[in-house]
Amino acid sequence: MNTGTPIMRTVLYAWSGIVFLFLMLPIFIVFPISFSSARYLRFPPPGFSLKWYQAYLNDPAWMAATETSIKVAIGTTVLATLLGTMTAFSLVRGRYPGKSWVDRLVTAPIIVPNIIIAIAIYGLFAQFRLIGNWLGVMIGHTIYAIPFVVLVVGAALRTFDPAQEQAAMGLGASRLTAVWRVTLPQLRPAIVSAAFLAFITSFDELIIAMFLSGSNSTLPKKMFENIIMEIDPTISAVSVLQILLVGIVLFLASRFGAGINPVKT
Amino acid sequence: MSAAQRSAALRAHRGPVLLALPTIVFLLVLFAIPVARLMLLSVETGTLEPYEKALTDPLYLKVLLDTGKIALIVTVLCFMLGYPVAYFLTVAPRAWQVVGLFCLLMPFWTSILVRTYAWMVLLGRRGVVSETLLSLGIIDAPMTFLHSLPAVLVGMVHVLLPYLVFPVYAVMQRIDPNLMQAAHGLGAPGWRAFWRVYFPLTMPGVLSGASLVFILSMGFFITPVLLGGGRVMMIAVLIEQQVREFLNWEFAGALSATLLVFTLCVYAAFRRLMGADRQLV
Repeated sequence: MNTGTPIMRTVLYAWSGIVFLFLMLPIFIVFPISFSSARYLRFPPPGFSLKWYQAYLNDPAWMAATETSIKVAIGTTVLATLLGTMTAFSLVRGRYPGKSWVDRLVTAPIIVPNIIIAIAIYGLFAQFRLIGNWLGVMIGHTIYAIPFVVLVVGAALRTFDPAQEQAAMGLGASRLTAVWRVTLPQLRPAIVSAAFLAFITSFDELIIAMFLSGSNSTLPKKMFENIIMEIDPTISAVSVLQILLVGIVLFLASRFGAGINPVKT
Repeated sequence: MSAAQRSAALRAHRGPVLLALPTIVFLLVLFAIPVARLMLLSVETGTLEPYEKALTDPLYLKVLLDTGKIALIVTVLCFMLGYPVAYFLTVAPRAWQVVGLFCLLMPFWTSILVRTYAWMVLLGRRGVVSETLLSLGIIDAPMTFLHSLPAVLVGMVHVLLPYLVFPVYAVMQRIDPNLMQAAHGLGAPGWRAFWRVYFPLTMPGVLSGASLVFILSMGFFITPVLLGGGRVMMIAVLIEQQVREFLNWEFAGALSATLLVFTLCVYAAFRRLMGADRQLV
């Protein structure tokens, strides 16, 4: 393809290079700091040490927050994937009055700012004494994760030819068997991707957790509080571990799912 | 399809409504109704005063306008930085494409909190930027770049840039390269072919990316709190403060309604521009 004059091409490449550097800069910076031997943030670090990783692993508060986050993220993944997949089927296959309203309701949590979702459920859960319970945070995160699952699974379902299901039914399978044995296996990559997406969405979410988790902090909430109080390199160790975890999740998603590619959704 | 077949197909398609029922109940009870109630709190107590305060008090009106202003600047910056990058990804050799996509996806999937923390380290008094400028002799005492509007803009653009690049890139990939060749062949100089042929064709991607960036910017919380350090007030920060510090639920509800209505207006304007059959995300 014609990209214009050589000068234009050089400018385009240089510009993109600078933007890519800008995008990667924060990630490059966290790694060396997490291995720093200095108490205060210094760059470049004066020496190598693993003490911030030790500090993280030996602190019961960090460990409890990690455990809560994992519990919440797994719960969110299961609930959002189940509800979202069923809804995707309903929206793609169904023809019923009010479907466009269901569509709107399901995608709304993406458009509505998180802070509004957070305080609205906070008001509701405070009445039922659900603040500080990980189940409350899980419900909040599920609201936020459902639209992502519906979008990913819905997109895959739209490209699936229902004639395959009808063929199975013509050969004597019930509708349920046909869906279970013919449709779902083909949708598995999309469902797996959606599940990973739900997991990451929950694992990284701060605002809803900030209001609903109470003293039972999730990892992002604990990080946020530490950042506000004092900047201590333990946070960079946690950040590195979090980057690695997301990396692993993305690798698994591309290995076993359809990949999590925001270009395609 | 005959009429009989069609009605049979319709009947078969009616079952799926039940599949959505659990989600509908879940979202109505735990999301839609609580959000609606939050916004109607002040109406329930029989006064519209919180709404009046949110929309007329100069102090809060300024926060609202500032939020809109910041969202607009962030959107423009994302477009300026992101459009050439999307083009680069479309025309660059395969290996560069992979590197570029990696540089976009890696931060995209890294938690916003982690990235904001990294910017605090970079922009702080003893941070990399300060130290570098010091050693270059551009400044003569360590200085912080935190707690300022530029710091917030840097943090927000960093988070939101991929949301602009991906839709634009997706549209650019579908444009037939022969169109540009044809424009050249018909005598249009490079820039003219670009502005008259290529750019208009990428507009759907630009609009969808820009409105997504704008909508997400309006609700930003983490970045203004951590990089703005109280000096940059955005509406989400104000809402959080009203609930946490002042327990002023009615006012928080009024502010939320204002933010939501504004967001929905932008969304609706976008849908109208694009035609109703397109999805935002």
